[in-house]
Amino acid sequence: MQEKTFYTVTVFSENTVGVLNQITTIFTRRQLNIESLSVSPSAISGIHKFTITAFADTEDAMRKLVKQIDKRVDVLKAYYNTDEDLVYQEIALYKIETAKLVATSNVEELLRKHNARILDVSDHSTVLQKTGHYEETQALFDELSESIGVLQFIRSGRVAITKSRVERLSDLLARRELADLQDILIDETK
Amino acid sequence: MKEVKTKTAVITGSEALIRSLISEGVDTLFGYPGGAIMPVFDSMYDYKDKMKHILVRHEQGAIHAAQGYARVSKKVGVALVTSGPGATNAITGITDAMMDSTPLVVISGQVNSTLLGTDAFQEADVIGVSQPVTKWAYQIRRPEDIAWAVSRAFYIASSGRPGPVILDIAKDAQMLSCEYQYDKTTSLRSYRPAPTPRLEQIEAAAELINQAKKPFALVGQGVILGNAEKELIAFLEKAQIPFGWTILGLSAVPSDHPLNRGMLGMHGNVGPNIKTNECDVLIAIGMRFDDRVTGDLNTYAKQAKVIHFDIDRAEIDKNVKTTVSVLGDVKRTLPLVTERLNENSHTDWVDEFKEYEKKEYDCIIKNELYSETGPIKMGEVVNKVSEATENKAICVTDVGQNQMMGTRYFKFTESRSVVTSGGLGTMGFALPAGIGAKYGAPERTVCIFVGDGGLQMTIQELGTIMEYDIPVKIILLNNNYLGMVRQWQELFYKERYSETFMQNPDFIKIADAYGIEARKVVNREDLDNAIAEMFEYEGAYLLEVEVETKGMVYPMVPAGGSVSNIILGNGYSL
Repeated sequence: MQEKTFYTVTVFSENTVGVLNQITTIFTRRQLNIESLSVSPSAISGIHKFTITAFADTEDAMRKLVKQIDKRVDVLKAYYNTDEDLVYQEIALYKIETAKLVATSNVEELLRKHNARILDVSDHSTVLQKTGHYEETQALFDELSESIGVLQFIRSGRVAITKSRVERLSDLLARRELADLQDILIDETK
Repeated sequence: MKEVKTKTAVITGSEALIRSLISEGVDTLFGYPGGAIMPVFDSMYDYKDKMKHILVRHEQGAIHAAQGYARVSKKVGVALVTSGPGATNAITGITDAMMDSTPLVVISGQVNSTLLGTDAFQEADVIGVSQPVTKWAYQIRRPEDIAWAVSRAFYIASSGRPGPVILDIAKDAQMLSCEYQYDKTTSLRSYRPAPTPRLEQIEAAAELINQAKKPFALVGQGVILGNAEKELIAFLEKAQIPFGWTILGLSAVPSDHPLNRGMLGMHGNVGPNIKTNECDVLIAIGMRFDDRVTGDLNTYAKQAKVIHFDIDRAEIDKNVKTTVSVLGDVKRTLPLVTERLNENSHTDWVDEFKEYEKKEYDCIIKNELYSETGPIKMGEVVNKVSEATENKAICVTDVGQNQMMGTRYFKFTESRSVVTSGGLGTMGFALPAGIGAKYGAPERTVCIFVGDGGLQMTIQELGTIMEYDIPVKIILLNNNYLGMVRQWQELFYKERYSETFMQNPDFIKIADAYGIEARKVVNREDLDNAIAEMFEYEGAYLLEVEVETKGMVYPMVPAGGSVSNIILGNGYSL
């Protein structure tokens, strides 16, 4: 089987009801499985930003997907990127048995090594938090599972920003405004 | 666009809806009442002089009628249905409109906003169901949102690449009062309907065409939707580029134009299919490379450089990789390219099509249109009807063999003369779409070609024709089979005719029950006379023609095959 590439799709939309549904059906129809999803306001007032990750066989599949998302009336712009274009992060929470944690000799070493924090401690359980890339949060999970066991685990969807200076959308909106004034077409692929 | 401002008034939501529709120039709409839309029907009662409502017999018919109306009139088609089953019955037509880029505004009633999500009586998640098959779907829960939502709906439906919009209005929003003021929408931040033409694309396209020895243009519905028929003709004529048209591109240019080489695709003409794979520059104009046009993409126009004119960015490189894309409204982009074209002639190249045209005539067309013995043929009927109208009528077709015969053999002298379900292939489309077409172009003759299967899918609309005395001409091509499926069974399923024979009712008696003039023709010698009688008769007319039971539509590019391997049938080969 062809090796799949991991893509991050960023969608800027108006904050209207049902946009998420419109976006996800476009993935579904093309048999693209969403790996993670997060939604938040963007740096531009009134505009929401969706960060969606998915594997795709070809860049062409991603290009077509993004064009179809872009076409939805409530969507301002959609982009796709691979990891090297992005600074990205995930957050993970781990619940473990306090007694077992205390019983290990290397709690400090564990926390330092993984740069993890303790969020909450009770008699029976302790909650750790770690931010990082998937592999990093997974490494802590693996280590904990093998040693003292994990009672509960949750990992957030990816959040990502591009390595470019400002929100790409602000730049695009500004160029669109200029283009409208001058009646010339701009390159919307950038 | 001009800003239309109305004064603020306090009225009910349903009246706000009616007044909004009138502000958008709606004078005709198609619908069916029900519980959750009753306030709107009640308000409409006061506006009978301004807006004519056509009561169809099923919601699917309302949508198809609105489609037929929109397709011939350049206006937005409007339909009004109730919640739950009313809205779900509309979904087939809405999907059809989405596939064929038809501008529609569909208004559905919805249960009270307080009952939403409670599985209330006749509640359906209309927005959830319709989002994938609409250009925009919006639920209105407050009366004050009605005016702006209608304004947006019309702007979205009709601009850029047109499409259907659904507004789902909760019943309490229809009944409560609000301040009303109507402002036309002229732009939306998140929506770019028509990309501005780009000079480098225009120049690159012109250069490719100027260098071409064997250019071939594919004309699609985008030309008609963009009202760019004149611009297209100027473009084609300046460089003498032969063209083929897609099923929805039919009538963009008069049929007898010397550069017209016929229809593309599965049951199109031989020349344009073969030559697609021999041209050096393929120029697609407002078409989307549907699989029924391209056949196998791996063997489609591989030798050619491809230029694609389209308003929809998502169509570029979707199915066929382009050398040059020209994004934008063809009304603007075509003239920009034309002015950069060298005057040219491609006489030898155009002549190359003619040997295929002769072959197709000798092997297929002559037999289909001018047989003197044997049962009446479908193509023969279409041709005679078209000639009887001097090729001036609107041709509405259903789906299947009647559609392929209708689109192959009807001839056109003006644009917007074809109403057919191209993308979705919806049986039952023709009768209600023909009703809508007659309202959209009352001065024109509307000929509805339909098979015995398709007619029975929406036959209840004969009631609408009766009630409103709609003078459409219905030509029933009755072969007592689901003909196209039967054709495939004959060709690809070893003549195992599984469930394609139909025991039919007496259609003349049915027409009679509806008070519609009707006549059945079995013998060839009665056909001319019956057609003449149909057109002489002032009102609606059903002409049932018993055609050969096992007629075949040829030529044919078998599904998934190469356009080069088009087959002629009847033992003929190229």
